[in-house]
Amino acid sequence: MKHFAELLMRGAADEHVGDYMLMSLIRQFETRLLDLFGQGKLAGTTHTCIGQEANAIAVMSVIDKTIDTIWSNHRCHGHFLAYCGDAHGLFAEILGRASGVCGGRGGSQHLAHRNFFSSGIQGGLVPLAVGTALADRDKGAISAVFLGDGTMGEGSVYEGLNLASLWDCPVLFVVEDNGIAQTTPRALGVAGRIADRAQPFGIRSASIASVDLDALKPVVRDAADYVRSQRRPFWLHIETVRLRAHSKSDDTRPDAELAALQARDCLPLLRERIGDEAERLDGEVAAYLDACFDAAMQDAEPCA
Amino acid sequence: MRVIEQINASLHGFMAGDAGAHVIGEDILDPYGGAFKATKGLSTAFPDRVLTSPISEAAIVGVATGMALKGKPVCVEIMFGDFITLCTDQLINHMSKLPWVYDEQIAVPVVVRAPMGGKRGYGATHSQSLEKHFCGVPGLTVVAVSQFSDIERIYADAFAAKTPHLIIENKLSYARRIEARDIAPHADPDLVLVTYGGSTEVCVEAAARLADEEELRANVIEVTTLSPFDRADLAQRIGDCPAVLSVEEGADGWGFGAEVARVLVDMPARVFATVTGPAHPIPSSKSWETALLPNGDRVVGAAIDLLLGRRQ
Repeated sequence: MKHFAELLMRGAADEHVGDYMLMSLIRQFETRLLDLFGQGKLAGTTHTCIGQEANAIAVMSVIDKTIDTIWSNHRCHGHFLAYCGDAHGLFAEILGRASGVCGGRGGSQHLAHRNFFSSGIQGGLVPLAVGTALADRDKGAISAVFLGDGTMGEGSVYEGLNLASLWDCPVLFVVEDNGIAQTTPRALGVAGRIADRAQPFGIRSASIASVDLDALKPVVRDAADYVRSQRRPFWLHIETVRLRAHSKSDDTRPDAELAALQARDCLPLLRERIGDEAERLDGEVAAYLDACFDAAMQDAEPCA
Repeated sequence: MRVIEQINASLHGFMAGDAGAHVIGEDILDPYGGAFKATKGLSTAFPDRVLTSPISEAAIVGVATGMALKGKPVCVEIMFGDFITLCTDQLINHMSKLPWVYDEQIAVPVVVRAPMGGKRGYGATHSQSLEKHFCGVPGLTVVAVSQFSDIERIYADAFAAKTPHLIIENKLSYARRIEARDIAPHADPDLVLVTYGGSTEVCVEAAARLADEEELRANVIEVTTLSPFDRADLAQRIGDCPAVLSVEEGADGWGFGAEVARVLVDMPARVFATVTGPAHPIPSSKSWETALLPNGDRVVGAAIDLLLGRRQ
């Protein structure tokens, strides 16, 4: 099977085309997952990042995949696909096939591929990100760790911030603040301002409220450049939107609120910049996903 | 050589043997060298690789896991074993779990050391034996040592394994001289005392008293690898001895004694009893604490009751 990277190469000359193909890949991948769950064809659970794809693409655009390390969370498919594009390995993993990126051991939330890792414990990976940043600091490498507004209640985050600053660890903290932790709105779960959380630790911070990839990229670039050049942590707060349920169908937000959020979808923004070509690119991505999903469905189960 | 001196020597060996090795813990820098002096001299010999940390047990185990999966082995000191509850998530959900869940794409060479045990009058949060809560965790090897153990080999093996290890030390035994002698000398014992860690010296003392006062031949079986529990090895060491007494300092229930009993279930019938710590927190009163935790009197009494068929 062809790798997504080969598809991307064709659009590589145009940054917007490449970005759009990635975003379309993530969106279509997760939309298919929800459809398959709806049809009862998938077991377990999943957490889609529909609406948040631009964050993943912006961060991966500044990552040096040869040395940097990524730490993701339960909502990790977008981060993973933006990191490596391996839709077959991811879908096979979600299906629990031996050909999955973790041999069917990890599933949707527990991915590992090269220097990309995710897990389903809120905030638990923050100290690990500090550790990988410290271990590889002399290589000029950085570690990025994705958090959410729901992670702000976890003590490990603050122990990690303290150590990252004390020990000069090049960690890029990326808070994807979608305003709702499962069903708990930010106002019921977070005191104070998330953007201000790291400053008392002596950690430089930035905050952006945008789903526009073109607006996110320079902010992420500046943050990563600072982390890499200064070998210091950075706290990047991105106010974003979660367009779908926390998991499969557990969205308790009123219809009017969801409708208003749709107006902040990152995908149409990018689609407008591509113009007529978008439809053809969507088709290419769909064909690639067909091949990935069909192949994974045929792959062997690890316990068979 | 005393136990603490051997542990200190083992840590020096660990650091000298790998240029990427690190030691992380609270108050471990010279001249203090750690609350129990296990890390004395390390920060002087290896100033860049000995990290004194804030009071953040969860974070330092997590940082160790992150460093280790990048090829830098770490030994973490938990100052008092009681504080290990603060890093439970890191030990169970991260350090021990991720290598398997990630299909062995990573290795995590981390050794966490934790001094447990009471009899020093330190009270309910500085005297416990909490190791049973970490036994049976997949991916985590739990080891316990005393002055009767081959500490040099056990530590060398733990560092060489390159997998997550938790080493249970005992605060009282730190000052004891290492005793390389056979504590199971009888070919045909009347009973065996099965134990580990800090309770080993209690059993050795009890065995001597049983010989002197009752003319009973008692062997002491010290288990050093608590988890995974080697049932076949223990069965072989118990042999056909007709009486087995299990001795542990942890709170009664769901503990070492139950694991010993599981071994006996598969063997010809014999008598069995347990001696444990109390089913309530450890009191600060030193005399009360001493009476509650396994001691020579309690073990001798339990042994005689067992052999006479009396139930305590």
